[in-house]
Amino acid sequence: MPPSEAVFSPAPAPPAGAGTIAPVRAAVSGWGGGPRAPVMLARPADADALRAALDGHRGAIARGMGRSYGDAAQLAGGLVLDTTGMRTFELDREGGTVTAQAGVTLGELLGALVPAGWVLPVVPGTQHVTVGGAIASDIHGKNHGSAGTFGSHVQALGLLTSAGEVLELAPDRGSELFAATLGGMGLTGVILWARIALRAVAGALLRVDTDRVRDLDEALAALIAPGGPHRVAWLDLLGSASGRGIVTRAEHHGAGDAYAQAGARGGATVRSRATVPERWPAGLLRASTVRAFNELRYRRAPRRDRGHVQAFGAHMFPLDSLRAWPRLYGPEGLLQYQLVVPLGAEHVLGTVIGQLRRARVPCYLAVLKDFGPANQAPLSFPLEGWTLALDLPRAAPGVGELLQRFDTLVAGANGRVYLSKDARLAPDALAAMYPRLEHWRSVRDRADPERLWRSDLGLRTGLIRDER
Amino acid sequence: MIQWDGTRVLLVGGSSEIGLAIVRRIASERPVRPYLLGRDGARLAGAATALERSGCARAELDLVDAEDLDSHAAAIARAFERSGGFELVVLAVGVLGAQQGLDADPAQAAEVMRVNFAGCGSLLLHCLRALRGQGRGTVVVLSSVAAERPRAGNAIYGAAKAGLDALAQGLADGTAGSGVRVLVVRPGFVRTRMTAGLAPAPMATTPEQVAEATVTALGGRANTVWVPGRLRYVFAVLRHLPRPLYRRLPL
Ligand SMILES: Cc1cc2nc3c(=O)[nH]c(=O)nc-3n(C[C@H](O)[C@H](O)[C@H](O)COP(=O)(O)OP(=O)(O)OC[C@H]3O[C@@H](n4cnc5c(N)ncnc54)[C@H](O)[C@@H]3O)c2cc1C
Repeated sequence: MPPSEAVFSPAPAPPAGAGTIAPVRAAVSGWGGGPRAPVMLARPADADALRAALDGHRGAIARGMGRSYGDAAQLAGGLVLDTTGMRTFELDREGGTVTAQAGVTLGELLGALVPAGWVLPVVPGTQHVTVGGAIASDIHGKNHGSAGTFGSHVQALGLLTSAGEVLELAPDRGSELFAATLGGMGLTGVILWARIALRAVAGALLRVDTDRVRDLDEALAALIAPGGPHRVAWLDLLGSASGRGIVTRAEHHGAGDAYAQAGARGGATVRSRATVPERWPAGLLRASTVRAFNELRYRRAPRRDRGHVQAFGAHMFPLDSLRAWPRLYGPEGLLQYQLVVPLGAEHVLGTVIGQLRRARVPCYLAVLKDFGPANQAPLSFPLEGWTLALDLPRAAPGVGELLQRFDTLVAGANGRVYLSKDARLAPDALAAMYPRLEHWRSVRDRADPERLWRSDLGLRTGLIRDER
Repeated sequence: MIQWDGTRVLLVGGSSEIGLAIVRRIASERPVRPYLLGRDGARLAGAATALERSGCARAELDLVDAEDLDSHAAAIARAFERSGGFELVVLAVGVLGAQQGLDADPAQAAEVMRVNFAGCGSLLLHCLRALRGQGRGTVVVLSSVAAERPRAGNAIYGAAKAGLDALAQGLADGTAGSGVRVLVVRPGFVRTRMTAGLAPAPMATTPEQVAEATVTALGGRANTVWVPGRLRYVFAVLRHLPRPLYRRLPL
């Protein structure tokens, strides 16, 4: 990170010498749980320690908070570089930017930035992701239609290459490596720091419009109705009226408002109120229980509500109030399947929902959003259209074959699935979904001819290929 | 998917000297892409580098502990997924443990039984299932002459190998006609890191000789191979020796 005077360190620094400790054996998995991969794990405190940890390793991958659902942030048999020890950041009040080390979480940033009158322009559905992870997945928020991805607000970043150099990359220098790093799943190198453009806000409060919708068509219409830029639909796919749901549109509260003043001191993030115990009895999460819960949730939502004031954190990160919630799915864990199809391919959404129902694969959480235009990054997920995210128990019979059928449908409609959520995509499907894959590979391979950077995701899907 | 016209070899027990000698021997004839699965990451990395120096394509590594039976399914599935399948699997997992038979350290004795039979056997099952899934391929199982008739000095090692040997042979019959072949290799005393410090038995051999015999056998149709080959006939006799006599042989 460039030198700075006022540097925040939101948490106690790692113990002295932590950066030089040799990698240890560990078993890691993605946020969705399931089988763990045996790896060597290092948690360097700075770039030098990180470089030292790489010594003698033939394959390595960066890991942030491990919030990607599948096997993106792990390499069985290789080195995993936990970046969460690198966590300082600096706010530039004049320029409206923050320069942060890669291991800082978005929650830590929001906690410091919002009281100072700034907010990150893009946040995902959880505050517990790192800056490095947000860039490597080129994450999107509920406001993709107006704000684009997280990567479009990155002004510069430092990338550790396999040759051991730190490159400063920026979009304005037309860098292909910069574009390949956005959404590049850590396979171009380790992001060490990034400078992110911020948005000025009055406080941590949102004004939220809510509509109850009876089916998919109503949900799509409500998502593009006039209103705030943060838009999302929750769908109930278990009830008898499948496809009913709740749509919200939210915007930041204007300056000078009494509510905004009150909210300025907190509310940018959420505190977790409970933790799911490690040995949660499998099977408590059942279609019948979730169906009852969904019924309640639907009934309790207002049929139509306008301008309701809510804290930013509570609205953006509802799942964060329950720590380790994937444990609800039992030891097998869950699969998340997130797809996007272009405008005009809405029928695919209906087909997917219908096939889920017929296959009797229970979907415990379904979220629908609209996306704006795609950006220049070859592996960036969003494209103009609709994105649907489905949480499915990995142990559900038939789920593997069903998702394979969805892959064909989605690819056939020129859509794609989100690699950060993926745990099962096959190489031919990947190639069909990401038409600029070959270009990305050539940029990547030039930057890392030895193919030091590799991950289970990369090897499984063929993002990384060892020809000879 | 992955474009590769050479032989993809999965070596389970990826730093085993005999296993590595087999991979090198195959690579001396045609392109090989090795995949090393083992317990010690640093040793695997060293073995991978050495293989690449002797002409193999880039080796992929993964960690597996033979004693951690629950991890086997995922590790084998990952290996087949990562490399798109294998033409050959070499199962070279094993520890020697103490040689005192009944007087051996009980913890060590139990480890030998867990690793050499339960662990290795479980890995064999997973590999065979994966090979059957792809409809072709060969698995080489490193057994030992000790499996043929264990004796007081190597009772535990020999018994564990005997279990593995029997399992491999039984499964070999089961895979007949599926395109999958099992080759059981029974070397005599092999001079390796594992046996360093032990007095070599008569007819001692080397990893290279075991590799040579294995590769020759791969070209034929046999289901078992002894190294050196003479051992087959020696044991054909020894097997039937009366116990009191066998016990006194200087083997
Ligand atoms: C409840 C929940 C809600 C979510 N909602 C959204 C959402 O709305 N929109 C969205 O886009 N995503 C969403 N996600 C996914 C999440 O934002 C991404 O998976 C994100 O990448 C996770 O960040 P992380 O720090 O946990 O990274 P990890 O999961 O640890 O890693 C993810 C990828 O980033 C790479 N990486 C991490 N750090 C670095 C680094 N320093 N340098 C290079 N590469 C690195 C890793 O190699 C890996 O490929 C959600 C996830 C959860 C659990």
